[in-house]
Amino acid sequence: MTGNFPVAFVLIFGAALIPFLPGLLRKAWMLALPVIAFAYLLAIPHGLHGQVELLGQTLTLMRVDKLSLLFGYIFLLAALLSVIYALHVDDTMQHVAGLVYAGSALGAVFAGDLMTLFLYWELTAVSSVLLVWARRGEHSAATGMRYVIWQLLSGMFLLAGALLHWRATGSLEFSHIGLSNTAGLLILIGFGIKSAFPFMHNWLMDAYPEATPTGTVFLSAFTTKLGIYALARGFAGTEELVWIGTLMAAFPIFYAVIENDLRRVLAYSMNNQLGFMVVGIGIGTELAINGAVAHAFADIIFKGLLFMSMGAVLLRAGTIKGSELGGLYKSMPWTAGFCIVGAASISAFPLFSGFVTKSMIMSAAALEGMTFNWLVLLFASAGVFHHAGIKIPYFAFFGHDSGIRCAEAPRNMLVAMAIAAALCIGIGVFPGALYALLPYAVDYVPYTASHVVAQTQLLFFSALAFAVLMRTGIYPPELRSVNLDSDWFYRKAAFGFATSFREALAATRAGFTEILEVRRLAIADFLVRQRRPEGMLMRSWPTGSMALWVMVMLLANLVFYYLG
Amino acid sequence: MTPPADSKKYWLDDPLNVSKLFKGLWIVCGLLIAIDLFLHRHEDFEFATVFGFHGAYGFFACVALVLAAKQLRRILMRDEDYYDR
Repeated sequence: MTGNFPVAFVLIFGAALIPFLPGLLRKAWMLALPVIAFAYLLAIPHGLHGQVELLGQTLTLMRVDKLSLLFGYIFLLAALLSVIYALHVDDTMQHVAGLVYAGSALGAVFAGDLMTLFLYWELTAVSSVLLVWARRGEHSAATGMRYVIWQLLSGMFLLAGALLHWRATGSLEFSHIGLSNTAGLLILIGFGIKSAFPFMHNWLMDAYPEATPTGTVFLSAFTTKLGIYALARGFAGTEELVWIGTLMAAFPIFYAVIENDLRRVLAYSMNNQLGFMVVGIGIGTELAINGAVAHAFADIIFKGLLFMSMGAVLLRAGTIKGSELGGLYKSMPWTAGFCIVGAASISAFPLFSGFVTKSMIMSAAALEGMTFNWLVLLFASAGVFHHAGIKIPYFAFFGHDSGIRCAEAPRNMLVAMAIAAALCIGIGVFPGALYALLPYAVDYVPYTASHVVAQTQLLFFSALAFAVLMRTGIYPPELRSVNLDSDWFYRKAAFGFATSFREALAATRAGFTEILEVRRLAIADFLVRQRRPEGMLMRSWPTGSMALWVMVMLLANLVFYYLG
Repeated sequence: MTPPADSKKYWLDDPLNVSKLFKGLWIVCGLLIAIDLFLHRHEDFEFATVFGFHGAYGFFACVALVLAAKQLRRILMRDEDYYDR
């Protein structure tokens, strides 16, 4: 089979049929789409397919190599899990948006040139925002708008960079770009917004917790990982990324500790995990790149699983605020169990997926002698266990009993969570299967006695710290609140500036108007007064004074005559 | 809020059992550190081979994280409707 047909079209055009299919057939069709696309990916050979000549440029719709296939597989797996998870939802718009979104992310991964990449890039933005708006809550409209502005801004940077890149190199091919010129910088910013670089990150924490319970599961899989894929393709070995990634891994965990909305806690921990991947890409060695993309693969599953468990809690308990939850393990034992598997995976417990992928990045950093970055990443590893591994299950399912009694999650949600949990453990126990898919040959053994012991010590003592802080009452309680982040600058500061600027303008205008009004009245009043009986124009003049003035003028005339 | 009266009693509802878990955690941590006495860990950095390095790092990193985050609340925390006003 040749690979000329773009795999993205299976999902995108397949999704267009969904509204016209009745009940069961629709569900079957939605489940079939990712499976068909997956079978197609398995059947086509490596190489460049689907090449189109356009305006003297060759556009490559299907570049099939190990890197694009890895992301293709995981995107389809994520699409399938998300569809299963959302199967009970009646809102057709969400199903269509979700599958078009997954399809466009898939298309972007297989794009061999920057123009095709850009088109799919924009389609992911436009389709994914529908999942935020579909919540139809009081904040959805505004949040979605902020989200899509960021996403389209990312596209604008990509387009501007791509055009400059074309002018500089004469080619639109999407391969290694690097940071050597303005084009590279603009493209990096475009990719950076999607990957949630510091100060470009807040769309993630803003929008993901505001989407529908099922929509967030879709969202968590594609946009940021597409950014990671694009960075791995275009900017491997760019040293600046090591520092950007280190910062990303560290700062969100502070926010995660004090955040009350548990889905927002997960968004912060996602930012932290992306940091690990960005560090790996920045290091750029074969081990580091393998680690970064393997971690992206594992993260899509375990972060999806965590978002699924929190989505189920939101659906059943009606809230996702840590301050209002607790004791839910009594009502939702299966969800609690799956959540713990996801938590163990993100925390990189031995035998869970995060352990076999994150450790590659840590080792790569150590091999390059990056002591400081390694220590920060180790801190972030302990921190992620602390907030995602313990805080999420603890405040939702254990802790203080909130008294909430609800039904267990719907069966389709449990099935999706069970598959994701099985994959988390499967990858952790048999890492060889994932390692075989990685872009470079893997010569790395995760399970050494030293490594297992060290990681277990790190995690158990982090747990001990949590328990001690909890029992001594030092641990900060969950409070109904929002925490200021970089979105403050545009949601409050810029908005406040615009408001006060408008007010100042209005005040100035009012001041001028008032002055003019007073003056106008005074002049009008003066004119009117002159026409009144006592006014200048209405006064009667004595004849004598008239004769006097005539005489004065004649005398003046005489004086000038003589002087002249 | 108190749990509904008809609710079934769970093992974790008893504070004594929670205390047992807490003690258990101390014991597990103690045993994990004891491994360092027998196992010479191969580490990429020399300083990481020090006895109990990972345990101490994990513990103090988390305590520092929580204390710092608690202080951050003073600067960052606002009412829930802060952006709606």
